Amino acid sequence: MAHAYLTDQYEGMIAETITMRGHNGDVINAYVARPLGAGPFPGMVVIHHAPGWDEWYRECTRKFAHHGFVAISPNLYFRDGHGTPEDVGAKVRAAGGAPDARVLGDLEGANTLLRSLPYVTRKIGVFGTCSGGRQAVLAGSRLKGFDAVVDCWGGRVVMSKEELTPNQPVAPIEYTKDLSAPILGLFGNDDKAPTPEQVNQHEAELKKHGKSYEFHRYDGAGHGFFYYDRGAYRQEQAVDGWKKLFAFTDRTLR
Amino acid sequence: MCTMIAHQVKIMGRGKSGPQWFDVREANVSYDHPYDLPLEHALNIDFVNEALGPGARVAVELSVDAARQLVKTIEAVLAQADQRGVLEDIPVVAVPARTA
Repeated sequence: MAHAYLTDQYEGMIAETITMRGHNGDVINAYVARPLGAGPFPGMVVIHHAPGWDEWYRECTRKFAHHGFVAISPNLYFRDGHGTPEDVGAKVRAAGGAPDARVLGDLEGANTLLRSLPYVTRKIGVFGTCSGGRQAVLAGSRLKGFDAVVDCWGGRVVMSKEELTPNQPVAPIEYTKDLSAPILGLFGNDDKAPTPEQVNQHEAELKKHGKSYEFHRYDGAGHGFFYYDRGAYRQEQAVDGWKKLFAFTDRTLR
Repeated sequence: MCTMIAHQVKIMGRGKSGPQWFDVREANVSYDHPYDLPLEHALNIDFVNEALGPGARVAVELSVDAARQLVKTIEAVLAQADQRGVLEDIPVVAVPARTA
């Protein structure tokens, strides 16, 4: 596998905050990490979770770079002010979350930036956890240019009418027929958002439309089982989930 | 934050964040992922002043039972004060402004 490093191998990485054009051509900031060298490497857009653009996503972005991707994590809350990720995230929480249309514009901007770089191949994936998983599903359905989608426990892919809001006016499952890339889903069976029933509904819809998908459900895990800094962390399930994720991206993006 | 259940109420008061007091103008109440309480979802209250930026925030994260107890307790305290005739039911606009 591409990420099987050897002890006598050269390794280097550059990681930094940059600015990019997002929705409506707005300038926003983003964190980018890439392996040193000419590449070319596949690209990965890393979508942060609803609580904010925090340290875990910096680490996650570097993890993708370590595994041979040019990874970019756009700050989807750039327009909501600056401060600690928690304070900004709490502000967005009170506003009912980031608007889907704006998020899609920012993800499209990240994709466009990756495509413009001489060290990126034509293969680009999108990865997200929590609300980011939902937004990854949306990106794979509403945008062109993604070749793989990774949805980690994205809640509200299935939404009741009562859950629809001006910021999130359509349930992503409604766009399943437009999904243009293979999708990997990782879920915990103890999760309440999405529930196992909602995961089944999503899977049934993917099957109905003949989409390429791979869903893995973990017993003994709930929401956010990759987050080592939270009580939800489940070591065994997380390690297996990362293995499945990189096997999926080897197949779809290399 | 996968429930997106959040309400905002305009309020008038003072909040303390670190050593500083500031005017709080909004209370954001949500039932969603907490930042620190080790639960998947919690009743979160952020006392904020949006005009001062995201950092002007006093946050509490409560279990459902704690939140219900708090609501009951606030109501009980206000009722007792009302009964004793000491409730100063001043319209929010009349609260004198203070500087931090």
